[in-house]
Amino acid sequence: MPEITYREALNQALAEEMERDDSVFLMGEEVAEYDGAYKVSKGLLDRFGPQRVVDTPISELGFAGLGVGAAMTGLRPIVEFMTFNFSILALDQVINSAAKMYYMTGGQIPIPMVFRGPTGAALQLSAQHSQACETWYVHAPGVKLVTPGTPADAKGLLKASIRDDDPVAFMEGELLYNLKGEVPDPDDGDFVIPLGKADVKREGADVSLITHGKMVNLALQVAGKLEKEDVDVEVVDLRTLRPLDVDAILASVRKTNRAVYLEEGWPYAGIGSQIVATIQEEAFDYLDAPVLRVTQADVPMPYAKNLEKLAKPDADRVVAACNRVLYRD
Amino acid sequence: MATKVHMEALSPTMEEGQIVSWLKSEGDEVSNGDVLAEIETDKATMELVARGEGVLRKILVEEGGTAPVGDVIAVIGDEDEDISGLVDGDEAPDEDEEEPEKAADDEADEEEPEVEEEPEVEEEPEAAPEKADAPAAADEERIKASPLARRLAAEEGLELSALEGSGPGGRIVKRDVEKAVEEGVPEAAEAPEVPAFEPAAEEDYEDVPLSQMRKTIAKRLVESIGPVPHFFLTVDVDMTRMVEARSRVNARLESEGVKVSYNDIILKATAMALKKHPECNAHWGGDHVRRFNRVHLGVAVAIDDGLITPVIRDAHLKGLAHIAQEVRELAGRARDKKLKPEEYTGSTFSVSNLGMFGIEEFTAVINPPEAGILAVGGLEERPVVVDGELDVRTRMKITMSCDHRVIDGAQGSRFLQTLTSILEEPLVALV
Repeated sequence: MPEITYREALNQALAEEMERDDSVFLMGEEVAEYDGAYKVSKGLLDRFGPQRVVDTPISELGFAGLGVGAAMTGLRPIVEFMTFNFSILALDQVINSAAKMYYMTGGQIPIPMVFRGPTGAALQLSAQHSQACETWYVHAPGVKLVTPGTPADAKGLLKASIRDDDPVAFMEGELLYNLKGEVPDPDDGDFVIPLGKADVKREGADVSLITHGKMVNLALQVAGKLEKEDVDVEVVDLRTLRPLDVDAILASVRKTNRAVYLEEGWPYAGIGSQIVATIQEEAFDYLDAPVLRVTQADVPMPYAKNLEKLAKPDADRVVAACNRVLYRD
Repeated sequence: MATKVHMEALSPTMEEGQIVSWLKSEGDEVSNGDVLAEIETDKATMELVARGEGVLRKILVEEGGTAPVGDVIAVIGDEDEDISGLVDGDEAPDEDEEEPEKAADDEADEEEPEVEEEPEVEEEPEAAPEKADAPAAADEERIKASPLARRLAAEEGLELSALEGSGPGGRIVKRDVEKAVEEGVPEAAEAPEVPAFEPAAEEDYEDVPLSQMRKTIAKRLVESIGPVPHFFLTVDVDMTRMVEARSRVNARLESEGVKVSYNDIILKATAMALKKHPECNAHWGGDHVRRFNRVHLGVAVAIDDGLITPVIRDAHLKGLAHIAQEVRELAGRARDKKLKPEEYTGSTFSVSNLGMFGIEEFTAVINPPEAGILAVGGLEERPVVVDGELDVRTRMKITMSCDHRVIDGAQGSRFLQTLTSILEEPLVALV
């Protein structure tokens, strides 16, 4: 299997879906002439022309609304946010228009569109540009939320998201774009990963380390560390946060009896809160320890490098949480 | 010195008591040990005695009223003492009463020691476990265990109280249960339904450690049928000769005013058979089986609003007339609810008889931790085949309920064989 970057995997997915269905088009800030702020749309303008690869003004609420309108007419827009931090401006269109249109029209008007871009902190981008935005998008029913952590998942899930008839928020990561990984060769057939299916990235018996997005890679790193101490960590990558693969979470917890949720976002009403609630409701009798969460510190992300490091979840904190639920500390 | 009168735990399982009558009225002089009231417990009517001296100042629960164990039901104090701090409001049954008292009477610093209640440690020991259930004590007494550990312990038939927790704050976690399964539980965890009593002396019984097979039998059967895995054995006993024997015995005893019932005969025969089969005269002890050398027979007695099982102690040593008289006496007092706790606890085996109601046969529920109970049906003339000929015989059915953790089918059957042989041939009793 060829090894390509996460960025290239996304580019392949966009190109293949635009090739496959000419109702699919991409718009956003600098997606066309500049090949995208992170070069995800590289070459697409040349290949598909300015009708289908559209540069927009710096106006997130405006072009998100254009996207919803286009979807209502039957097109399949892909709206790129330079980062999801900027999409906070556009949340009214996402939550009040995209998420509710199908419901409020009694199923007459589906919104088959994708909002995509990076989420979470990169490096020293300070409080306003270092936010994990998953919770804002996952809170309202009506929007699906996909968070691939590897190049293969990025490709397979983006293709499924574009084909989905509901609005999908597709959250990438600035620090993921250069990540390399094996992705099936396009010549070997259509590679699509269904939404709503978690993936056990590493089988283990002692503790379920459940996570999503960029943190999948940190989780695997921790699993390797703990393996040297004879602790067998199972890494469960949720991949889709809505719809949630509850069965996969419960199967893992029933096996290991312990769980830690790892996420980039804040703890308060974060994704982990939902996962903990689900586990204690459905697998109470299988728990040998309280379910713990490792998250960003409950503060705006500091700009100072040393403080930023302290605020982000890191391997030591994940190891400590695993040890705690294993009663090893 | 003011003393609170608490509702005491007057039976091992009492949770609340009803005041049948106050034998002292407000204003009466009271000395230590005086009977203050008659209290109806879950088992019997008991006397509540004073644990302080002075005047019965205030009755807080009137006749007919009910109070949970530990509640204040009256106050004893000096004639002119201010007891308002003790009478106002509903105080918790625990010892935290200093504060409300302080609040009630800020300046009465000197009086404070006086209003201290009689320390509860002076109460009879049976009261102690009941106090542990009081709300204030609940958190300390709570056993901390992970949900998984609770489930595993239940599956293994282990009492959490017998396990040692290695988690934070002593939390019992999975590895603690696994360790207990592997290495065994250090001490017997008494099952909650086991009545609190100690039968006489140690040499009166033998504790048999559980073999692995017995542990497995216990575990599997409990999973199948509930905490006490019953099975039932029925015998059809020919009582024809016993009927004749009984009429002769009663004719002989008539002058002494004693009349032996069929039930008395069955009790005597059961005691004799149990003496020969100690494996059936046994208790389930959680991690062992206790086989008794003495036979203390519980006799189920129906009373107005329930039933109680007074105990014929050392029934194997007592003659028929003796048993007959004792049963009559105990049953009488049981109906009047005048039995003392020691008269209805400590049985090693029980007998229940519904023959007088025309019941042909039935099954009785075992009274834990006993391992067996006999359900005795009525005598009935029935056509039976004897030596190839149809004959009319007096027959009676007995069904034994066995706790399969203690008694296996063959053991129960051998005991019933012995019992049947005694009942069918009264002379056997002499052998």
